Amino acid sequence: MKTYSKGDTLSNVLTTRVSRVKFGIMSPDEIRKMSVTTVVTTDVYDNDGLPIDGGVMDKRMGAIEPGETCPICGNTRDSCPGHFGHIELAKPVVHVSFVKHILVYLKTTCESCGRIKIPEEERQEYLKLLRDLEELGLIYLKKRLHEYIRRKAASTAACPHCGAPSKKIKLEKPYSFYVQTETELRRLTPSEIRERLEKISDEDVALLGGDPRDARPEWMVLTVLPVPPRTARPSITLETGIRSEDDLTHKLVDIVRVNNRLKEHVESGAPRAIIEEEWELLQYHVATYIDNEVSGIPVARHRSGKVLKGIAQRLKGKEGRFRGDLRGKRVDFSARTVISPDPSLGVNEVGVPEDIAKILTIPERVTPWNIEFLRKLVLNGPEKWPGANYVTRPDGRKISLKYVDRKAVAESLEPGFIVERHILDGDIALFNRQPSLHRISVMAHVVRVLPYKTLRLNPLVCPPYNADFDGDEMNLHIPQSEEARAEARLLMLVEKHILTPRYGGPVIGGLQDYISGAYLLTVKSTILTKEKAATLLATTGYKGDLPEPAILKPNEYWTGKQLVSLFLPRDFNYKRNSKLGSASALRCIDEDCPHDSLVIIKKGVLLEGVLDKASIGREEPESLVHWLIKDYGEDFGRYFMDSVYKMFVRTCEMHGFTMSYDHLIVSKDARLSIDKLIGEELKEAEELIQLYREGKLTPRPGKTLEESLEDEIIDTLSKKLLDKVAEVITQYFKLSNPVVIMARTGARGNPVNLTQMSGLLGQQTVRGKRLVRGYQGRMLPHFKPGDIGAEARGFIKSGFVDGLDPLELFFHAAAGREGLIDTAVRTSQSGYMQRRLINALQDLRVFYDGTVRTASGEIVQLLYGEDGVDPMKSDHGKAVNVDRVIEKFLG
Amino acid sequence: MSDEEIDALLEEYKELFTPQLKHELSIKLKNAARKRGVTREDVIKIIEFAAKNYHQALIDPGEAVGTITAQSIGEPSTQMTLRVFHYAGVREYNVTLGLPRLIEIVDARKQPETPIMEIYLSEDVKHDLERVKAIARQIESTLVENVTREFTIDYTEGLVTVMLDPDMLQDKGVSVEQVVEVLKNLEVGEVEVSSENPYELRVLLSEEYLDPVKVEKLRTKILQAHVKGLYGIKKTIIQRRGDEYVIIAEGSNLEEVMRIPGVDWRRIYTNNIHEVEKVLGIEAARSAIIREIKNTLDDQGLDVDIRHIMLLADMMTWTGHVRQVGRMGIAGEKPSVLAKATFETTIQKLVESAVSGEEDKLPSITENIIIGQIIPVGTGLVQVYMNPQLIKKGESELIDSR
Repeated sequence: MKTYSKGDTLSNVLTTRVSRVKFGIMSPDEIRKMSVTTVVTTDVYDNDGLPIDGGVMDKRMGAIEPGETCPICGNTRDSCPGHFGHIELAKPVVHVSFVKHILVYLKTTCESCGRIKIPEEERQEYLKLLRDLEELGLIYLKKRLHEYIRRKAASTAACPHCGAPSKKIKLEKPYSFYVQTETELRRLTPSEIRERLEKISDEDVALLGGDPRDARPEWMVLTVLPVPPRTARPSITLETGIRSEDDLTHKLVDIVRVNNRLKEHVESGAPRAIIEEEWELLQYHVATYIDNEVSGIPVARHRSGKVLKGIAQRLKGKEGRFRGDLRGKRVDFSARTVISPDPSLGVNEVGVPEDIAKILTIPERVTPWNIEFLRKLVLNGPEKWPGANYVTRPDGRKISLKYVDRKAVAESLEPGFIVERHILDGDIALFNRQPSLHRISVMAHVVRVLPYKTLRLNPLVCPPYNADFDGDEMNLHIPQSEEARAEARLLMLVEKHILTPRYGGPVIGGLQDYISGAYLLTVKSTILTKEKAATLLATTGYKGDLPEPAILKPNEYWTGKQLVSLFLPRDFNYKRNSKLGSASALRCIDEDCPHDSLVIIKKGVLLEGVLDKASIGREEPESLVHWLIKDYGEDFGRYFMDSVYKMFVRTCEMHGFTMSYDHLIVSKDARLSIDKLIGEELKEAEELIQLYREGKLTPRPGKTLEESLEDEIIDTLSKKLLDKVAEVITQYFKLSNPVVIMARTGARGNPVNLTQMSGLLGQQTVRGKRLVRGYQGRMLPHFKPGDIGAEARGFIKSGFVDGLDPLELFFHAAAGREGLIDTAVRTSQSGYMQRRLINALQDLRVFYDGTVRTASGEIVQLLYGEDGVDPMKSDHGKAVNVDRVIEKFLG
Repeated sequence: MSDEEIDALLEEYKELFTPQLKHELSIKLKNAARKRGVTREDVIKIIEFAAKNYHQALIDPGEAVGTITAQSIGEPSTQMTLRVFHYAGVREYNVTLGLPRLIEIVDARKQPETPIMEIYLSEDVKHDLERVKAIARQIESTLVENVTREFTIDYTEGLVTVMLDPDMLQDKGVSVEQVVEVLKNLEVGEVEVSSENPYELRVLLSEEYLDPVKVEKLRTKILQAHVKGLYGIKKTIIQRRGDEYVIIAEGSNLEEVMRIPGVDWRRIYTNNIHEVEKVLGIEAARSAIIREIKNTLDDQGLDVDIRHIMLLADMMTWTGHVRQVGRMGIAGEKPSVLAKATFETTIQKLVESAVSGEEDKLPSITENIIIGQIIPVGTGLVQVYMNPQLIKKGESELIDSR
């Protein structure tokens, strides 16, 4: 077998592919053949602490100690694959995992002649049918036929070949088989079972769904037990010098001990009862060695009481061999640390701390063109960035630059050497944040090596990673091969993922201050002096001239819209309502509207309208940025975000955008009218309760009287009341108020939050009902039992500005707790669902003929999505946006 | 250009589009022509540009559409609510929504947690409230319990007294005789109507009931006895939608409801996918899955492209029966042993494949990751071969020198 080293290229690896894996059961012969030693003694180490030959830690089963060479293959610890040994069992035992299959074989075949209990002609017919199905590749049908044959043979009363009546076979879990005769229930010994299984012909095995070549039924009863190599069960030496053995080793010692005892008894002709007892014990140990979670027998434990891990437990579950080690692999060249925002970085950049940059490397082949540059890096060595950590010579020798004369190595550098140099600005890296729920949880960024200790990213890319900066950590990976780097650059860069395949719109876009800033810059009242305009444009890296000022006298002033227009392509047209206009009071239907909430761009000039979430926001399909990217490409999209968006944040900074307590206070009059409203609704609730008490309340259809009352009260006290209060409050909140700017433009918060802060919180609910749990008949001891009034059941009349009273705080906490529990439960549930979805769908792919097929080529869709369109390249789901096409040509 | 000319022109280009796109172009071009007039050149330009756009939007071969679908549905589901809300429009019923409903659909459960039907009525019935009520009554399953006001068992005399509620009887359209008939059919004893009160029914038990467990069983047997209506329909409510009346039913029994005269079986709706499969076939089940998932996601304000949902529905139905997403369905019927073992029930799958001597030809992703090979999807599908003879001389020397 060829082993691969780091220098190998992808195509080298591709030349040797594993094409298939065959499963089967090992025959005793095979086990003996691959074995390098028979394990015969329970002693493991001698007095010097060296492994004893013929013990379970026999040196021949592989080198695991440092410096040890393997007596079989001559390799050291790093390269010895380990070798199997075996135990010759004194008497056969059943393999626990196969008991169900043994039962089937026993039930379907004749006890005396060992043939399948199906008449000869029928048998031939089935054999032919099976061959045909095999040829046609109809695996499902083949399985069904096997099942049919099994059921049929098992239900036959007498053998059609020799006429012997069939006796009932019973399986008593986990591994005892019994024969039921008229008079008695006789236990079958594993030896008897094995004899019966041996009699079954190869053809019959095939008929019953087995594989006579690689899985003869008698091999399910073990006569020889393979002993796994030492590498599979290494022993740990603790600091105190005490050796601690692996669970499997402990179990193997148990097996050898019982096996030796059994052998002695058999050889000395001990009474049957004693032999059977030992035999049963051997069966138990072998069973728990294979699977220590078999129901029906006690689990095997350590002396300390800790449950031992069987072979099955090693493979099973999330941390098992399959899911833990084979599907998820650990990698080198990766970093993980806390993230922090840096709006001055480009959207596709990642800031890497120098400390990390000195450890992560890229192998670069020395060529005549880069030799001088690489020499300098080699001279710098591992401690000084930019430097290099290793040099690999063409003969494969690897030199660490930590301990050598770097000058000499730098001198000796020649084309063909490989230098593992530090990552530099402009290198490509993969950036990831868990949970990796979708593909944009891993994107390629361009490296920027920076001072300090955190990984930095532009806040615009937070949405796809779902990252914030309250202590989040992220991972960084450096692709090592040329192929990987090319793929990362062509397919994984951030700008290739601004549009998501989930709905065909931008996931990356403005949020929070970007949106407030965009509004502040483009609002009509903003006029900028030359100095300010120049400052803003400087942040974008704009190199052209200032446009003609919008106001010439008395001073020159520019509008924010003018500055934005500088970055729009000359042939770009756009017309859409802004988020601001989604509130009815601020909606614009026509051009020339005082609210300025209709965004109109003609020929690349922002004529009217303020920019806000609807135009530049994240997760806003059919928005300004979406059309820009669709029409001018993702590179333009990135450029737009790297320039104009920076200007938005700068505006925010210049303007000084903040929010304070005062911004939420409403006037005395307003407070009075709010209190009046609350009083009215409370009275209404009181009346409802009165009606209910008198039995005059009309129940809602399909609800009891009590449920109807609860529903009515909730309606009155939360929805209706909050709406009314909101109406009162909005008059006091002008668009100059930063809180209102945030809520209206979609930067943060919503009008309901406003009411909750300045007005009142309203009715608190748990599971859609008013608060009821707590004491008997009341929620808190401050109320009378049976009080169903508003105050006793979680109504909060204060807002956050006034503060909650102690009782209200409890109500709010109760409702708030529900949200926390909800999130906790939801993440686990949706996580499992997604795992299943991925597992069910991952093999589907589009073929060259446009069909969607499974891994084995079965057609699932004749044309992907019925029109063959990639949702990511679509216009919010539509293959072509006909309206826009027509508009483009007809204006 | 006139409408006919536009259509003729589109006909020439029809191979470049899907029929839907052609249709949309035709309508919108005609509209534009009517409003502002278009020249032939304009129309050609538009058609060609649209065709170019369409072809640029086509999906690339090798694209791992399955994974994209799973992520596009799975990722937003983390943002879903867990709570069961009132159904928009039908405030009287709780309908499972959000994540639990999505899981339910994907699991292909035999019976949804809250089955519901919307029964539209035929032209002649739908405006007549009385007739609608009659149908609703006919559909709604009525149990003895629903028309009973009082129920007592006298152990000593072996007598069960059922006091019927005259109002409920009238409301449900059940006569006393019908109830008597039902009780008789239960064969627990002699049934007679009290002479003093026509609504008092007495059952003289033929057996002695002393065991409290048995008494309890008898009680449920009598109270849960089916008087009339369709099995599975627990409750009905009549709702006005536009100018017609619609019956909303809690519970579902598609086959029987479709047979009821006066019901417009073309517009009937149920959220029970298995019933749709049984009654209307697999294509209808596919549509039902797509509609149910789409509605669930839309309801939560989550934007997911319809193509993803279609792919999921197709994967669940392409074998001809509805399969669950999970180890009892799609994941359990994979061709690869290693892929099956990796998902769930590892040991079981390995043992089964060993016994039957299965061969894993490594067709899909999981196995190739396990083996450490490149996965057969996306860029892993293509290989670039280099012919050394074709490399220019100077360059080949450089390659040799390494």
